[in-house]
Amino acid sequence: MQAARLFLPAAVLLTLAILWELVVWGLEVPKWIVPSPSAIWLAFWEMRALLGLHVAQTMLEVAIGIGIAVAAGVSVAAAINFSPLLQRAVYPLLVISQTVPILALAPLLIIWFGFGIAPKVIVVTLFCFFPIAVNTSDGLTSTEPDLIDLFRSMGATWLQIWRKVRLPAALPYFFSGLKIAATYSVTGAIVGEWVGAKQGLGIYMLRSSAAFKTAQVFSAIVITSLLSIMLFLAVFALERGMMPWHFDER
Amino acid sequence: MTLLAVDSLSKTFGGGARRGTRSQVEAVVDLTFKVEAGEFLTIIGPSGCGKSTLLRLLAGLVQPDGGQIYLQGQPLPDASDRQGRFGYMPQRDTLLPWRTVLDNVILGVELAGGSRDAAREEARQLLPLFGLDGFENNWPSTLSGGMRQRAALLRTFLAGYDILLLDEPFGALDALTRRMLQQWLLGVRRRFSKTILFITHDVDEALLLGDRMLVFSPRPGRITADLKIDLPHPRDENTILEPDFLTLKRNALAHLKL
Repeated sequence: MQAARLFLPAAVLLTLAILWELVVWGLEVPKWIVPSPSAIWLAFWEMRALLGLHVAQTMLEVAIGIGIAVAAGVSVAAAINFSPLLQRAVYPLLVISQTVPILALAPLLIIWFGFGIAPKVIVVTLFCFFPIAVNTSDGLTSTEPDLIDLFRSMGATWLQIWRKVRLPAALPYFFSGLKIAATYSVTGAIVGEWVGAKQGLGIYMLRSSAAFKTAQVFSAIVITSLLSIMLFLAVFALERGMMPWHFDER
Repeated sequence: MTLLAVDSLSKTFGGGARRGTRSQVEAVVDLTFKVEAGEFLTIIGPSGCGKSTLLRLLAGLVQPDGGQIYLQGQPLPDASDRQGRFGYMPQRDTLLPWRTVLDNVILGVELAGGSRDAAREEARQLLPLFGLDGFENNWPSTLSGGMRQRAALLRTFLAGYDILLLDEPFGALDALTRRMLQQWLLGVRRRFSKTILFITHDVDEALLLGDRMLVFSPRPGRITADLKIDLPHPRDENTILEPDFLTLKRNALAHLKL
């Protein structure tokens, strides 16, 4: 079933790649303007050892950034659902914060935190925090009032209500947010690296582009996409594992 | 023995000092009645007449504006006094989707801090009686409407309360399933010594299941009749066709002004 659903898009992608290859060969487009898919593959293969180091650096930034975003996002969501006053005070600020262009913030972060890993992690966190916080918050507010009534009628404590009703009820929302965050996160790390870094896919792209090694830029772009897809699938797998009731037809 | 006594209970929603602009709705007015231990009391009335409010008042989810609730002679003035004293089953299906049937039905024991394993064992023995044998590891979403209601009922029975407050438990089911569950509940009831307050808007259901019936007026809810249902047990699907039943039904309908 899964394989069958993937077949059609894969076939389209392959057809496009072949067309691309033929057009580049046929029109003799210079490699530094648009490289052919085979040239991109070659660029990847030649640089694979070095690319591995760059990918490792970028993924480290992504992992730390998502981790902080999850902890902060869930905490903020829980806090604003705990206190209506906090909700009125903070929720609009959350939305406003999302309108600040993170791209413009990145150079400032370099000024404040230097060229180490910190500014990249902060950019990833900024990208990921909002979808997690807002989705989790919406999930926590959406708990069925009847379920809470049932628990109250059974004399449940507020801690029991949170642990056994509100948090599990918010899980699907949390995962929606996490899936969006996961797909943003790699891009976030690369944006952070563009402004200044010693290692990472972003700086690799910049250097390759400065040297007109267009095929290398393309190979880094493809890797970025693949990493984002992998992260998305990893979150999806985690979701299935943690919410079997959502997927099982037992 | 009188187990539960309700004395001049009233509740008005909205209004109040802080929200003076909003219009007030009188939900129930001056409800007074007593329930004997082991009695099956059905409560009937038009929708919106405050039947559900009565159960929510008893369950400690709403505070009355006036009147008192006594359990075994003891007044329970605060909502927290009443929470954890009644087996309340809300109108809407409230199984937790992330728990299996077995883990749903032991919820009451679990919240009270009892042993989960012992509760699971007790629940397993009751599954066949509740028509859930072989479904203990299912997610609620895979059950039919009738099975979900039986699971919710089992959870209410297992929670260990003497008095069960059932808010239209069969209201959302189709007519056939409903018939079957009524017959089933008649059978199950004899196995447990529970006192039951059962809300319905179906006269046949109220008379078939109950020992006694309270008739509510349209909003604001008042008790307009308190009828004894002295039909012999065991009752079955033919009971609703007997002359005694029809006499009672005519009387009930007259009180409902239908």
